[in-house]
Amino acid sequence: MTLAADSNAGAAPATIRVNGVDEPLAAGTLGELLAARGIVPGARGVAVALDGTVVPAADWAGTRLAPGAEIEIVRPFQGG
Amino acid sequence: MEDVFEIAGRQFGSRLLIGSSGYPNRQVMMAALEASGAEVVTVSIRRISLDGYAESMLDLMGGRYVLLPNTAGCQTAREAVLTARLAREALQTDWVKLEVIGDAETLHPDVEQLLRATEELVAEGFKVLPYCNDDPVTCRKLADAGAAAVMPLGSPIGSGLGICNPRAIEHICARIGVPVILDAGIGTASDAALAMELGCSAVLLNTAVAKADDPPAMARAMRLGVEAGRLARRAGRIPRLDRAEPSSPQLGLIGT
Repeated sequence: MTLAADSNAGAAPATIRVNGVDEPLAAGTLGELLAARGIVPGARGVAVALDGTVVPAADWAGTRLAPGAEIEIVRPFQGG
Repeated sequence: MEDVFEIAGRQFGSRLLIGSSGYPNRQVMMAALEASGAEVVTVSIRRISLDGYAESMLDLMGGRYVLLPNTAGCQTAREAVLTARLAREALQTDWVKLEVIGDAETLHPDVEQLLRATEELVAEGFKVLPYCNDDPVTCRKLADAGAAAVMPLGSPIGSGLGICNPRAIEHICARIGVPVILDAGIGTASDAALAMELGCSAVLLNTAVAKADDPPAMARAMRLGVEAGRLARRAGRIPRLDRAEPSSPQLGLIGT
């Protein structure tokens, strides 16, 4: 028992990184992760990359998230 | 005679491109953009705030202006290429003002990375407008790589020092086969006029207007400076002489 509990405690919880911040992996797909933040396909001016590759909005729902995934969610901002 | 300004097959009425950063507030910015007469407005691509919704530049300006995304802040070709791809997705444009910065102090471009990113993005069908050094060789290489325009700096970004090396800019304008847009360093309207007199196709500026005491008034001054400089360029200036040349007739002088 003790051994099993120790081994469980040693297993790192699955995390992902969203805009540079680590968080537990709670969503199954990119679409779910974005929807939880109020971002749905058709959101104006939003673009998303997963592990360095742009994912078009049409593919958000079908894109599964794995532990360690790095997600960037961006939009246009003031710039020169 | 018609004076068409064209980049990558697209025509523009204004030869002034303007940035959207650092204005006191959005009303002042919108008034300044209006007064500038610019059609193209640059924007950056940044991570969204995960705290909540903020009005997007797209909501504010989409439809009224052509938004030109930049890759400001990128230090490698890899970062810049990803930023350009994200910008294309976010703004539905394949135009990009390509910035790859090699020095945090001077914000000078990293030529090697810039060239690499230009080649990669051109191959993906982007219309690439690289912000670059005032170096004829760099500009030629970027043009050869397929850049839609080259955008040499007048002086460091935000410095307001004007055009530090006018002869280099003039040389670039005379030799490069794509539009030359003077980008960065403009401090006041005479700097913008000089850029056009040297042969630039257009001027891109931001800080000189955004941080002026009266941004809309400075935006108008820049518009007029660009127009005056362009007119002067096309009118053909007189040669510089190292002696006087009387402007009044030397015949019929009283007392002769």
